[in-house]
Amino acid sequence: MDNLVIAGKTYTSRLLVGTGKYKDFSETRAAVEASGAEIITVAIRRTNIGQNFNEPNLLEVLPPSQYTLLPNTAGCYTVEDAVRTLRLARELLDGHSLVKLEVLGDPKTLYPNMVETLKAAEILIKEDFQVMVYTSDDPIIAKQLEDMGCVAVMPLASLIGSGMGILNPWNLQIIIDNAKIPVLVDAGVGTASDATIAMELGCDGVLMNTAIAAARDPVLMASAMRKAVEAGREAYLAGRMAKKLYSANPSSPTDGVIARADTTTKKSATGKSA
Amino acid sequence: MIQLTINGQPQQFESPINVTQLIDHLALHGKRIAIECNGEIIPRSQFSEQILDHGDQLEVVVAVGGG
Repeated sequence: MDNLVIAGKTYTSRLLVGTGKYKDFSETRAAVEASGAEIITVAIRRTNIGQNFNEPNLLEVLPPSQYTLLPNTAGCYTVEDAVRTLRLARELLDGHSLVKLEVLGDPKTLYPNMVETLKAAEILIKEDFQVMVYTSDDPIIAKQLEDMGCVAVMPLASLIGSGMGILNPWNLQIIIDNAKIPVLVDAGVGTASDATIAMELGCDGVLMNTAIAAARDPVLMASAMRKAVEAGREAYLAGRMAKKLYSANPSSPTDGVIARADTTTKKSATGKSA
Repeated sequence: MIQLTINGQPQQFESPINVTQLIDHLALHGKRIAIECNGEIIPRSQFSEQILDHGDQLEVVVAVGGG
């Protein structure tokens, strides 16, 4: 079986999805189910004091017994905030140590601050977290994150929530070629073909949220993404044909064509190849 | 009277309380939450032992939708 293995655990699906920006929990659940994802990201936030008597909880809709929850550090701009958030997440999820680290550098672009990300990753790894790390598409940084002990590197395709697709496939290719741990494209996927291209490049998986949640029909898009990731993976494994500008080798047999038209004779008749 | 700061909001209490009492006070009993006091995690196993006193800064968090 062609499975995704992260930190020693095996997953059938190579599509990881976020749970933000849906109109309600029932849509979140329907989209997650349609996506076939086994790993889903969640954020950690202050509870609304005094306003949560009967408020439904995300973990009741998407129970940790059914999914691998991947708590993130979205919204964190410092090492301290990211590390504190994930310590709280581990307590919240009964010692679960697989996490998504992202340390942002700029509220306008949400571009990752890689200096702070490297520092946070080092602390978290020392505390026995299994760190899946959101990173810029810099191959050297990605390798450093791998070398320090991250369990997966997750370069951006383009900026978070932008839907701009894969802007630098060549950098992704270098990161994939250099990596011995899973490489997942995280952020920037806009539509199904973007996910397929990522997988055709040889990515081990794709993580997305907005591309599904902001579609006109999120549940249908979740289904499309599931197929797109599977198609891209199969195409990658199958190995694509070589590109050439044109081919003198048609797909159908050259012999046995009825009312045989001899191209040599024709050309001779026009005098062009005489 | 003591004052605790809970998720950034000050709240007054008659006297120091333990974490279990705070959870009951906030009507969060049975909810899946995690609590940090002055930057340190309070493990669930210590909720009835850990006493909260004047000036303590608490963060009470849950999992929410996110990407």
